[in-house]
Amino acid sequence: MARSVKQPDAPLPPGTPAPPIDVPVSPDQRLSLEQFRGAPLVLVFYPADWSPVCSDELALFNELLPEFERLGAKVVGVSCDGVWCHQAFARERGLHMPLASDFHPKAALSRAYHAYREEDGVCERALFVIDPEGKIFWSYVSPMEVNPGADGVLDALERLTGTFSSDAAAGQPQQEASP
Amino acid sequence: MSRLRIPVGSQDHLIGPPTARLTLVEYGDFQCPYCGEAYWEVNKVLAAMGDQLRYVFRHFPLTEAHPFAMQAAEAAEAADAQGQFWEMHRLLYENQQALDAESLLAYARTLDLDMGRFARDLSEHRFLERIRRDFMGGVRSGVSGTPGFFINGESYVGDFSAPALLSVLQGGDAGVPEYS
Repeated sequence: MARSVKQPDAPLPPGTPAPPIDVPVSPDQRLSLEQFRGAPLVLVFYPADWSPVCSDELALFNELLPEFERLGAKVVGVSCDGVWCHQAFARERGLHMPLASDFHPKAALSRAYHAYREEDGVCERALFVIDPEGKIFWSYVSPMEVNPGADGVLDALERLTGTFSSDAAAGQPQQEASP
Repeated sequence: MSRLRIPVGSQDHLIGPPTARLTLVEYGDFQCPYCGEAYWEVNKVLAAMGDQLRYVFRHFPLTEAHPFAMQAAEAAEAADAQGQFWEMHRLLYENQQALDAESLLAYARTLDLDMGRFARDLSEHRFLERIRRDFMGGVRSGVSGTPGFFINGESYVGDFSAPALLSVLQGGDAGVPEYS
């Protein structure tokens, strides 16, 4: 493999048609982009099962699944770990979203999304919101050691769906107006 | 991605005078071990800063990871309804290993709360919505895990030992570390 020339902080940008997805999410189940047509899809690329920061990151997205559902969006985690590893990880952590295995051919999916870190052999910590027609609507790569949180994804989903949740309304200044 | 979107207001649990120059907001989870560590550190910070600091606690229970976190948060709110939020907050963090329903009732008894009302507030999940609102406000402010700190509205990520927090707080308003 040639050395990567891409900038680590340049995920596939908004407006780009989302590259096809064909990866296993369990020993006998594969995932495709077509399955998500008609609804926004959130792809959460993370470096590895079991590492502390990813686990916090996935725990947060896991906790927010009802919120994503309310916005009509589906969430899929992606790393280069194998399906059996994903299965054990999901069971141990009580994760309810599918975890896609970008294991073979290694990193085909994360490379296509410019979310692969060649020098470390793992996915970047990258987030994508794909619109219901299969185009990238929003993307973000965070430094490896930083949990990106979910505010960027939720903001993007709200812009995409035109939804303004009660929580966003709660975000308006209440008792104290900002100066 | 790192500013507090929900301003501190009368809906908050807070310690310290409203005129304090500095405000420390923590998003915390009663079952999170790191929050348990932070509890002792924040206590030292509060003792050292006195009237210069206002401290706000908001709920951020990661219920899928911490099965007792939500009921503990509900217990704190139910105690708040009887004027004893901080007393319950203290009992919960000082007994983090026992947050089951029976223990929560025992803490309420220790605080001499109206037990009928306390138990009813828990079983009816009277404060669930309020806790969820705290949580979502944290998420929208970029809180990604606990404890999540904000100093004067800016996210503070990093060492939350008392000396580290004090050096940032006493260093003035500038120099608060921020991530991307």
